[in-house]
Amino acid sequence: MLDALLGKRRGEFQLDVAFQAEPGTTTVLVGESGAGKTSVLRLVAGLDRLDRGHVTVGAQQYADAGRNLHRPAWERDIGYVPQDYALFPHLSVFDNVAFGPRASGMPRHRITSAVTEALTLVGIPELARRRPHELSGGQQQRAALARALALQPAVLLLDEPLSSLDLQTRRALRVELRALLVRLPCLTLYVTHNPVEALVLSDQIVVLDEGRVAQAGTREELLRYPRTPFVAELVGTNLFVGRPVTTDGPEPTIRTPEGLVEISEVAGPGAAYLTVSPREITLSLRPPDGSAQNVFAGNVVEMVPEPPGGERVRVVLNSRPTLVAEVTREAISALSLADGAWVYAAFKATGVHRYA
Amino acid sequence: MLRIVAIALGAALVLLLGLPLLSLVLRVSPGELLDRVRQPLILEALRLSLVTSLAATVTVVALGLPVAYALNMADFRGKHALEVLIDLPMVLPPTVAGVALLTAFGRTGLAGQALALFGVSLPFTTLGVIVAQAFVAAPFFVGAARAGFAEVDRKYLDAAASLRAAPGTAFLRVLVPLAAPSLLAGAAMSWARALGEFGATITFAGNMPGVTQTMPLAVYLALQSDVEAAIVLSVLLLAVSLTVLVCIRLAPSRLPGRARRAPR
Repeated sequence: MLDALLGKRRGEFQLDVAFQAEPGTTTVLVGESGAGKTSVLRLVAGLDRLDRGHVTVGAQQYADAGRNLHRPAWERDIGYVPQDYALFPHLSVFDNVAFGPRASGMPRHRITSAVTEALTLVGIPELARRRPHELSGGQQQRAALARALALQPAVLLLDEPLSSLDLQTRRALRVELRALLVRLPCLTLYVTHNPVEALVLSDQIVVLDEGRVAQAGTREELLRYPRTPFVAELVGTNLFVGRPVTTDGPEPTIRTPEGLVEISEVAGPGAAYLTVSPREITLSLRPPDGSAQNVFAGNVVEMVPEPPGGERVRVVLNSRPTLVAEVTREAISALSLADGAWVYAAFKATGVHRYA
Repeated sequence: MLRIVAIALGAALVLLLGLPLLSLVLRVSPGELLDRVRQPLILEALRLSLVTSLAATVTVVALGLPVAYALNMADFRGKHALEVLIDLPMVLPPTVAGVALLTAFGRTGLAGQALALFGVSLPFTTLGVIVAQAFVAAPFFVGAARAGFAEVDRKYLDAAASLRAAPGTAFLRVLVPLAAPSLLAGAAMSWARALGEFGATITFAGNMPGVTQTMPLAVYLALQSDVEAAIVLSVLLLAVSLTVLVCIRLAPSRLPGRARRAPR
C-alpha cells in the first residue's frame, strides 16, 4: 500500500495532499495545470524533498519530514515516466530499457531477458535497435513505459503519458494502457488533466485543485456525488451546495449562496448537495412559466458540440452559479442562440438529485 | 558613410589576422616542409610537444570534470572564489604563471620542498613542462565542460535517478555522454593551448632540447640562428591549431546527444 501525506511549498504555491492507494490498482490524479499533479509524483519518486509529511510504500518508509528522512530516488522501488518521456537520446531503445537493470546491478545474463520482456509487454519488441529520435510519439511513450517497468517496480508513476500524442493515437493507447495497468501487479499513480482519461483508467480518482485534494473516491462516487464545483465541472454536471430552509412542507427548499433551489424529496437537516444534470436544464429567451420551478439567468459564454461533431450541444452560462445545459442542435437553432446571448436556464424540482 | 568606415575597419582586422598567416604559409613549399620536418631538432621538439601536451590534456580533463560538475550542480561557500581562480590563468601573463609555479614548486618553494622528500623535482624537467601546460590550459576545458553540463536537460538526470542510478552512475552514463561534444571541444581547446604554451614553460621548465624544449620554444630559438627552420615549425603549429578549430566546428553535429534526423 502507498500512504502519502505531502506538504511542499514552492514560492507562492503550497501543496497539501494526502491519499492512499492499494497494490494492483490505478489511482488517477486529475486536475488543471498548476494543480500540483507533477509535484505529487516528484515527491513520491523522491526527486524533490518533502517539507512536511511522509511517503510509505508497504513496509518501506521512503520519506518522513518529521524524522528528516529522505531516501533518494535511486533507492526507491519506483518507476517514473515523466511527461516528455526523457528517453536518453544517446542510447538505443534496448539500452534505454536496460539502463535501470544495469544501474541496479542485475546480472548480465538476466538483462537481455528483462529488457525483451518489458518491450514485449508494451508491444514494441521489434524496435529495440532504434534510437529515440527514430520513434513516433506513441512508440516513445511505449519505450519510456518499458524502461520504467524493466525493474518491475512496486509503484509506477505516469505523468500525462498520453497528452503529447495526437487524438487518434491517444484513444487507441488509452484502451491498451488500461488493459496493461489492470494486468500489472504494481500500484499506479496516473496524472492527467483529462477527465475522460480519469474516468476510463481509474480504480480511484484523486481530484487536485490548487495544491489540495478537492475530492477522492471511485469514479461512481465522483460522478454521482461531486463535492466541489471543480469536481462537478470535471464530471460534467451542475452542483449547488446549501442548507434546507424548511424540513417539512410539500415543496422543500434549499438555500444556497446563489439563491433558493426547490427540490422534490424531503430534505434532512444539515448540508445539502444538489446536482442537476445538464440534460435536465431547458433554455429560453424569456422567463419561463409553467412547471419548471427553478430559474437562473446568464449570458452564453461557450457552446461545445457533445460529443465532438455530435447531435447535442453543451451550453455554458455565466450565471451564478455557472451552469452547463446540454440541449439538441434543433433547440439551439430554434432559439437562434449565439455567444453572449442572455438566456434563462430552468429545471424542475424533480430534476434535482440531492445527497447529504 | 558609416557603412564604409565599418567595412574598412573590418577589412583591417581581417588583414591583421590573415596577412601574417598567409605570408607564413607562402614562405614554405610543401617539399621543403617535408625535408625540414625530418631534421632531428624539429622531430625531437615535435615529439616532446605531442607527449607533454597530450599528458597535460589528460590531466586537465581528469581534474577538470569533477570541478566543472561541482560548480554546475552544487552551491557552496567560496564558489565564486573558485570560479575566479579557475579563470585566472586565461588572463594571467604566462611568464607570471611560470614565476608563480617556480615559487611553489622550486627547490625552496612550499610544494617543492615537500616533493623533494619523495625525490620528485618539477623545475627544468619534462614533468614541469606538463604542469606548466596544464596550468594555462585548465580554464579552457573547465569552461567548456561547465557550458556542456549546463546544456544537458535536468530531466535526463531525474530519469536516471528514477532508474536506480546513483549520482556517480548518472554522471558517467548520462551527463558525460550527453555533454560529450562540449567536453571534446573543451579538451581540444585545452590541447591546442597546451601545445602553444611558451611563457610559463620557458620560465618554469627552461629550454633544454629533448627535455623541455617544446615546439614553441624551438621556434623562438631557431629564429635566432635558422629563420627557415623557425618558419617551418611555425607552419606546422599553425596547421595543428587550424585543424583543432575546424574539428570543433564540425564535431557537434556528428556526435550523439543532439537531436537530429536519422540518415535515410
